[in-house]
Amino acid sequence: MFQPRSIQSSLSFKDKLFSIDYTLVVSILILGVVSIFAMYSTDGGEFKYHTKSHILRFAVFFIMFLILSFVQIRLWHSTSYLIYIVFFILLVGVKYFGLTSSGSQRWLNFYFMNLQPSELMKVGLILFLAKYYHRVSLENVNKIKFLFLPIVVLIAPVLLVVMQPDLGTSLLIAAGGLIVAWLAGVRAKFFIYALLIFITLLPVAISFLKPYQKARILTFLNPEKDPLGAGYQIIQSKIAIGSGGLFGKGFLNGSQSYLDYLPEKHTDFIFTLFSEEFGFFGSLFILVLYVVIISRIIRIGNITRSNFGKLYCYGFATAFFVYVIVNMGMVLGLLPIVGSPLPILSYGGSSMMAIMLGLGIVMSCKVYKDTPVN
Amino acid sequence: MFSSGSGNTIIKSKLISRRMFLLNVGKAIVLVGVLGRLISLQINESKKYKTLSDKNRFREWKLAPERGTIKDYFNVEIASNKQVYQIHLIPENTQNIEDVFFRLKTILNISDKKIFSLKKKIAKQKPWEPIIISENLNWSEFSRINLFLHELQGVEPIVSVARVYQDSSSAHVLGYVSQASAKDLKSKSYLKEMSVPGMAVGKTGLERRLDEEIIGKVGFQRYEVNAFGKRIKQIQVDEGQAGKNYQTTLDLEVQKYVAEILGDKAASVCVMDIYNGDIVSMVSSPPYDPNTFVHGVDKNYWNSLISNNKKPLINKAVSGLYPPGSTIKTLVALSALENKIIKPLNTVNCKGKIELFGEKFHCWKKDGHGIMNMRTGIKRSCDVYFYEVARRLGVDRLSKTAKKFGLGKKVLKDFFEERPGVVPNTVWKKKFIGQNWYLGETLHSGIGQGYFQSTPIQLCLMTAQIANGGFEIKPRIIFDKKNNNLKEYLKFKNENPNQQLPPELLVSNFDLKPLFKNQENIKIIKDAMYSSSNEPGGTSYGSRLDDERFTFAGKTGSSQIKRFTEAQREAEVKQESLKYKDRDHALFIAFAPVKDPKYAISVVVEHGGTGSKAAAPIAKKVIKKVLERHSLRQAANNLIGENI
Repeated sequence: MFQPRSIQSSLSFKDKLFSIDYTLVVSILILGVVSIFAMYSTDGGEFKYHTKSHILRFAVFFIMFLILSFVQIRLWHSTSYLIYIVFFILLVGVKYFGLTSSGSQRWLNFYFMNLQPSELMKVGLILFLAKYYHRVSLENVNKIKFLFLPIVVLIAPVLLVVMQPDLGTSLLIAAGGLIVAWLAGVRAKFFIYALLIFITLLPVAISFLKPYQKARILTFLNPEKDPLGAGYQIIQSKIAIGSGGLFGKGFLNGSQSYLDYLPEKHTDFIFTLFSEEFGFFGSLFILVLYVVIISRIIRIGNITRSNFGKLYCYGFATAFFVYVIVNMGMVLGLLPIVGSPLPILSYGGSSMMAIMLGLGIVMSCKVYKDTPVN
Repeated sequence: MFSSGSGNTIIKSKLISRRMFLLNVGKAIVLVGVLGRLISLQINESKKYKTLSDKNRFREWKLAPERGTIKDYFNVEIASNKQVYQIHLIPENTQNIEDVFFRLKTILNISDKKIFSLKKKIAKQKPWEPIIISENLNWSEFSRINLFLHELQGVEPIVSVARVYQDSSSAHVLGYVSQASAKDLKSKSYLKEMSVPGMAVGKTGLERRLDEEIIGKVGFQRYEVNAFGKRIKQIQVDEGQAGKNYQTTLDLEVQKYVAEILGDKAASVCVMDIYNGDIVSMVSSPPYDPNTFVHGVDKNYWNSLISNNKKPLINKAVSGLYPPGSTIKTLVALSALENKIIKPLNTVNCKGKIELFGEKFHCWKKDGHGIMNMRTGIKRSCDVYFYEVARRLGVDRLSKTAKKFGLGKKVLKDFFEERPGVVPNTVWKKKFIGQNWYLGETLHSGIGQGYFQSTPIQLCLMTAQIANGGFEIKPRIIFDKKNNNLKEYLKFKNENPNQQLPPELLVSNFDLKPLFKNQENIKIIKDAMYSSSNEPGGTSYGSRLDDERFTFAGKTGSSQIKRFTEAQREAEVKQESLKYKDRDHALFIAFAPVKDPKYAISVVVEHGGTGSKAAAPIAKKVIKKVLERHSLRQAANNLIGENI
C-alpha cells in the first residue's frame, strides 16, 4: 500500500521525461505543422492573420500540453469536479455576458482571447464522469440513485449550449459523457431508455430549433434540392474533395477554396481544403495521423493502472474519434452540417485549448501510470 | 476494504476494457466507412467533381462576331459595319436591380414596357449573362451614362459594331438583319452555340442567304470567377472570327441611279450581263430603310410599310409575279420558228379581233393592224397575229420553249423569297387546276396572259438568253470570276469567223448549252425586237436611243391584271384602290447595244399602264447608264481577274 505510492512520488524529472509518449507528441506536432500550412493556404498563400494567430495558439497550447503532462494525476483526480464546476460557471457566464456572433451567443471575452466554454466543457464532462465512475462501485453503477448525478451533469451543460444555440457542440459534449457512462458499465437498456425519451421529446425539441438548424437537417437529407441555399456548403465541399483526386491540385492551388466557393474554410471545412490540395493521399495522411493519435491515447488507457485514468483516456480517445468523424462525415456529405471543428487542424483557440488540455491529462496518465489516485 | 476494493477495481477495469474493445470495433467500422467515402469521392468520382469544380471556376462570356461585309462589283461596301454605343447590364453585379432600372429610366428615357420585357428576359437567363438595355445610343446618351456610371453598378457601357447600309437602293437585294428570334434559333442549325446577346441574323435577301458564312464565328472570354461572380483572372480569349466578306456583281452606282428613277413607283428593274449572267442591277421599289431593322424596327414605321399598298417590303424583282404580256411574243415566235409551224414571212390579216371557238379575241388595236408577218407582228405587237401563231403552235410546245428560256422556275439560288412563277400547259392545268385545257386559253397564253406568271428576273434572263445568241447562262449575284465560257466562245468565233460549230461541239468544247435548234431563228427574233424599238411604228420607237453605242432592241408588254387567277393575285391586289388596281402592269424587256449586245434589262411597273409609255422610258435611261459604265466594269473585271 505504501510502496507504490512512494515509488511514484519519488519519480525524478528525468524519469518523467522518459515516460512521455513521444509518438503521441510527435504526431500532434506533425498535425500542428500540417494545420499551419493549411491555414497559410486559407489565407491565400500569404502570411496573414489566420496563419499568424494559428501558429501562436498552437505554440502556446502545445507548450501548455507539455507542461500539463507533468501535473500529478492525483491532482487531476482531486480537482475534477472543481474543473467541471469552473467550466460550468463559464458556460452560465456566456448566457449573461457572452458575445453574440452570427446569431449565436457562444463566447466570453477575455482580453487575450475570446473563450468558448462549450469547447472546454467537452473535456470537463469527461473528466467529471471519469472521477465519478471511478468512485462508484460496480454494483452501484446501475442503480437509479447513482444515475441521477451523471444525468444532471450531462444535461445541464448540454441544454445551456443548445440554447446558445450550438447544436453541434452540445451533441459532442453529450457524446463524451455518454461514452464514459457506457465504459463505466451503465447498462445498455438505460441508453435505450434515454434514446426513447429523446425521440419522444424530439418534436418538442424541433420546435425550439432555429430555422437555420432545421434547414441544415433537411438539407443533409437532400442537398441537391437547394444547391444555392442550404445545400451549398455540402455540395461545394464534395466538389472540392472529389476534384482533388488522387494527388490533389497542389499546395495553394485549391481553386474551390481560394475562389471562396468553400465556406468556413478555416474552421469546419479545413479538411476539405487540405483534401482538395493534397488529394486522396493527403486525406489518408491526415486520417492516419488521427488514428495514430487516438490509438496512442487508447494505449495509455491500457497501461494506466487507475480506473480514473482508464475511463478518462478511453473516454477522451473515443470522444476525440467522434470529433474527427463528425467533422469528416460532415464535409464528406455523410452527416448533416452541425458545425464541429476538426481537432488541432481547425482554426479556433478554444477548441485547440480544450484538445490540448485533454491531451495533457492523457499524458499525465502516462507519466503517472502506476500512481493510484485515491 | 483495500482487498475488496482492489478486487472490485480489477473487475471494473476488466469491464471497462471489454466495453472499450466493443467501442474500438465500432470505430474501426466507422473508419472504414469514412475511408470508403474518401475513395469514392477522390478516386472513383474524381472526374465528375473535377468537371464540377471547373464549372464553378470558369465562366464564359460570348463575344458577338463582326458580320462580313457585302460589296458591289467595284468593291464598294454596300452593307458594312459601324461602331455603335450600347449599354449592357449584368444582373448578378447589381446591388438592387430595381434601383438600377429606376436610374436608367431617368437618364435614358426607357419606357416601362421595355423595362418589363427586360425583366422578363433577365428571369430566363443566368444571372451573370449580360442583357442589352439599349442597343444603339447616340453619343450624348452614351456619355451621360458614363457620367453616372458610378451609381449604376452592373451596367457596362460597350462599344460594339452593327450592320449599316449605305443607302436603300439595294434594300431588297441585300435584305436586312435583325436580332435573332426564338424561331431563328430553333430552325437554323448554325445558330446553335451562337446565342450571344445582340447577335443579328439575316432575315431576308442576301443577308439571309449568306447568313451562315457571313455571320462569323462566336468568340468567348473565359474567366476564372470566385464564388461571388467576381472575375479573378482571364484564362482564355477567343476573339472569334469575323464573317466572310462577299463581293457581288451589283453596281452600286446603277442601283442608286435606278432607285432614283423609280422613285416611289411600285416597280422593279433587272439588268443582267448576257454572257456570264452577272446581275448588274436589281432594284425593287418603293424602297424601305433596312437600317431601321438592325436595332429592332420602330412600330410606326413597320405599320407604314405593312399598310403601304405598293408593298415596299417585297422584292418585286424575284417575288413579284406578273403575266409577261406581250413580252412573251418573242418566245411564241421563236417557238413557232423552231417547231417549223410558221415561216417568218407567212402573213396574218389583223382586223382588230378574231372569233374562234365561239369566243371573241381582241387585238389591242381596235381597228386592226392589217397584214402582219412575224417581224411586223413583233414590232407592232399585234395580238391577232400571235393568236394565230399560238393556235397553230399549241400551248405545250410554247411552254417547252418558255421553260427552256428560264420562265417557270427560280432563276437564282440566293433568295429564299424568290418565286418560280407559272408556265402553263395542259398537264399543268390538269394537275393544279384539275380541269382540261381549253383551246381559247392557248390564245391567251400566246399573248402572255391567262395562267402565265413570271418574275422580272425571269424576263430579264429570257431576254439575255435571246440576246446572247440563244445560249444558256446561269445568273448570279455573288461575284465569281469563273464561268465566262460564252466569252471564250465569242473570242473563238471572232478569230475563226467562218467555222460553224455544231451544238455538240459547243457543249464539249465550251461547256455551252444552246437553247435553239437553229440559231438563225434567234437572229430573226432579235431583228424583230430591233424593229420594235428603232423603226417607226414600233411599240417602243418613242424611247429609242439613236446613239449607236446605246441603241437597244426591246419588246413592250402590258399585262391585264383582271386576268389574274385568284391564287396568284391574292397577295397583290387586296387593299388597292379600284382605279389604281385596274390599271395594267407595264413591262419592257430589251438588250443593248444592238450591234454587240452586252446587257439585258427587264422593267416592270405595277399598274403603270402601257409598256411603251411607262416601262420603256425607264429602260432607256438605265441602258444608257449601264453602257456608259461598261468600260469601267470591264476594267474592274480584268483587274480583279489579274489579282486573283
